[in-house]
Amino acid sequence: MAADTPELAAFRDEAAGWLAANFPASLKNRGHIMLNLNVETDEPDFVQWKQRMGEKGWGTPTWPRQYGGGGLSRDEARVLQQEMAKAGAWSPIGGMGVMMFGPTLLEYGSEEQKKRFAPGIVNGTTRWCQGFSEPGAGSDLASLATRCEDKGDHWLVNGSKIWTSGAQYADWIFCLVRTDTTRKHEGISFLLFDMKSPGVEVRPIKLISGNSPFCETFFTDVKVPKDQLMGPLNGGWTIAKRLLQFERQGLSGANGGPAGGTGGGTNRGPSDLVALARKYVGQDKDGRVADPALRQKLIDNAIRQKAFGLTLQRAAAEAKGGGGPSSATSVMKNAGAELGQERAELTLEIMGNQGLGWEGDGFDDLELGAVRGWLGGKAFTIYGGSSEIQNNIIAKRMLGMLDHQ
Amino acid sequence: MAALTEEQTLLRDSARAWVKDKSPVSALRKLRDAGTPLGYDAARWKEMAEMGWPGIIVPEAHGGSEFGYLSLGLVLEEMGRTLAASPLVSSSLGAATALMLGGNAAQKEKYLAPIAAGELVGTLAIDEGPHHAPERIAMKAKKTDAGYTLSGAKTLVAEGMAAGLFVVAARTSGRAGSTDGVSLFLVPADARGVKRAALQTMDSRGHAQVTFKAVKLGADALLGGEGQGWQVLEPTLDRTRAGLAAEMLGMAAAAFEQTVEYLKVRTQFGQLLSTFQALQHRAAKMFTELELTRSAVEAALQAIDTGANDIRELASLAKVRASETLHLVSNEMVQMHGGIGMTDAHDAGLYLKRARVVEAAYGNAAYHKERFARLNGI
Ligand SMILES: Cc1cc2nc3c(=O)[nH]c(=O)nc-3n(C[C@H](O)[C@H](O)[C@H](O)COP(=O)(O)OP(=O)(O)OC[C@H]3O[C@@H](n4cnc5c(N)ncnc54)[C@H](O)[C@@H]3O)c2cc1C
Repeated sequence: MAADTPELAAFRDEAAGWLAANFPASLKNRGHIMLNLNVETDEPDFVQWKQRMGEKGWGTPTWPRQYGGGGLSRDEARVLQQEMAKAGAWSPIGGMGVMMFGPTLLEYGSEEQKKRFAPGIVNGTTRWCQGFSEPGAGSDLASLATRCEDKGDHWLVNGSKIWTSGAQYADWIFCLVRTDTTRKHEGISFLLFDMKSPGVEVRPIKLISGNSPFCETFFTDVKVPKDQLMGPLNGGWTIAKRLLQFERQGLSGANGGPAGGTGGGTNRGPSDLVALARKYVGQDKDGRVADPALRQKLIDNAIRQKAFGLTLQRAAAEAKGGGGPSSATSVMKNAGAELGQERAELTLEIMGNQGLGWEGDGFDDLELGAVRGWLGGKAFTIYGGSSEIQNNIIAKRMLGMLDHQ
Repeated sequence: MAALTEEQTLLRDSARAWVKDKSPVSALRKLRDAGTPLGYDAARWKEMAEMGWPGIIVPEAHGGSEFGYLSLGLVLEEMGRTLAASPLVSSSLGAATALMLGGNAAQKEKYLAPIAAGELVGTLAIDEGPHHAPERIAMKAKKTDAGYTLSGAKTLVAEGMAAGLFVVAARTSGRAGSTDGVSLFLVPADARGVKRAALQTMDSRGHAQVTFKAVKLGADALLGGEGQGWQVLEPTLDRTRAGLAAEMLGMAAAAFEQTVEYLKVRTQFGQLLSTFQALQHRAAKMFTELELTRSAVEAALQAIDTGANDIRELASLAKVRASETLHLVSNEMVQMHGGIGMTDAHDAGLYLKRARVVEAAYGNAAYHKERFARLNGI
């Protein structure tokens, strides 16, 4: 790693000092346990830490200061991340607001909207959910049908969304609605509204992992104030595509998402597969994982994982100062999702009979977590645009290949 | 498809009809939600018994129909299609085979008829750790004046909560890693010192951990020769693996068919999913894998029926093929259904969960690849 410039070195000291003064020791290294809870804990240390990080804006380190963000450069943000890792500290500010809506808001929101919505994300008081998919509009998102009519002094929304992650906990929704039924992509608008608005109803859906992280979301005559349309009328598709790029970047593991094995909620698997294999499968007299077929798979996975990590680093270096995520995020999303799933499959294979548990005393927490994580992780290649859709984007936008029709 | 006799065709057709009518996937879902440790529906098992299924491989002299392993495989395949839960693999195949291959006249007389009638559930108790490794059995059986004393624990015992009889592999001599010195014992579930605890596995079936605390057995509990258990255990396991592979084939075939059906009805981008070549080719690939797997499974079952000399190799081949094909198809089932496939209300998750359990049972793909390699000098 290159040495810090004097300015960065000074910032490193500042960050370390601030963390030492503000990060409660009781929360050390508990990030991905605490953040996996759908409902936030009210542990006083957590509450205080969240408040301090919110005030400092360091949960959204590169966002401009005037909207409450940290106002840091990318290099400073990287240093902050390193110092946090060193201290076992973690950001209590997260969710869809930080990962995808916020960055989009900063690019496409009006000045008034940025001032109004950014601070709630920065300090973690407003939780957002994503109202994109509908029963008839999944991969073909632009075929969405939720109607939004101009009623003069307000918008009127009718329709339904599905697979809305966290809708049951969310305060607000960023939603794609149809404002013109005569055109497909050019008839979509990007609307923001309060989930407590009359006419909004959510029904949790249970997942194969046993969790209910997402919902069916219904809108019946929901009235939305006029100033909550983001971007131009019928100009929502461009904004949605941009938001999906931020989503893919987040999901790829670039921000510690699923593939990174730290955030991502669903991936509760162990981080060191080789150590795990030694424990469950044993080793030969030369210290190699005893099962040769499994060992080959572990080698392949380690190599791909390493190459993926290097690719993320390279992409970050190339994007320095550039315009944020691009179509290349589709590559990252697919590679990261596959790796995450592969690790989960390998974890189960390593655990063997012990990796088959659902609940009960016959299995320990790590084993049960591995099974639930493996099941939840099947969604990595489906949400945020499925792997097939990413491959289409890669082929068409990056490789210039045309539809056969 | 193997050339079936008329009787086999009838058997398969009646199994198919019964399973569809009496044991659709929703039956497993109901069982799961009710949370019974038994892991199957006793009333349905009774119906299967009335149709003679638990006695398909058992000699007529012991109340069976002596239809053979391919015939039982046909039924198991149909059961696999709807994830129908029953002790057919553990008892009517595993335990029955162990008794047929290793039992003396008295043991056969005592146990085979009730197993063939479905009144007694027997099961193999082999695995001791996270991985199937029968060569490395470590559980001890100490010789006493009256017979033997068993101490140790077995895990992932299929139908372990329902079983009335355990066929237990333990060591009377030799060291873990040597196949000499392994002995088999017939242990009634109500013998003193036998304790079982339900393992709540993700497939909602009736697995158990069974512990043996100084369980005293008479000399008549020994199945096969002392220290010679491997000669019975290995062929018993191979027959069980081949039968389980048939169940897995049925699971994979049904999961595949449902997935293709879905691609033919779901529309995105104004066209059916089935019109996208990216998906067509993957479906074609799965179909190809299924065909290869079917050949391997049927060949293994036929080899058993004809007493061929390559049963070991074919059983490992069948288990590898079935494991890998089912792994592929169960993952694709979720993926190709998109969001709906991730929901508990959809059946894809049930196939996925059962798949991982049967993949691990009696040796996973890695175990059988290694064994196949050894047998073929690779
Ligand atoms: C856990 C989870 C959380 C989610 N959270 C949210 C959320 O918060 N907000 C939200 O709006 N949505 C969310 N989604 C929805 C997700 O974005 C959709 O499930 C996804 O876009 C796929 O759509 P679909 O489910 O309708 O599947 P379909 O579009 O019906 O796809 C089914 C299969 O067909 C394939 N396919 C489709 N079109 C093509 C093609 N042209 N070529 C080749 N293959 C194709 C797909 O890749 C998939 O394998 C979530 C989904 C999951 C599983």
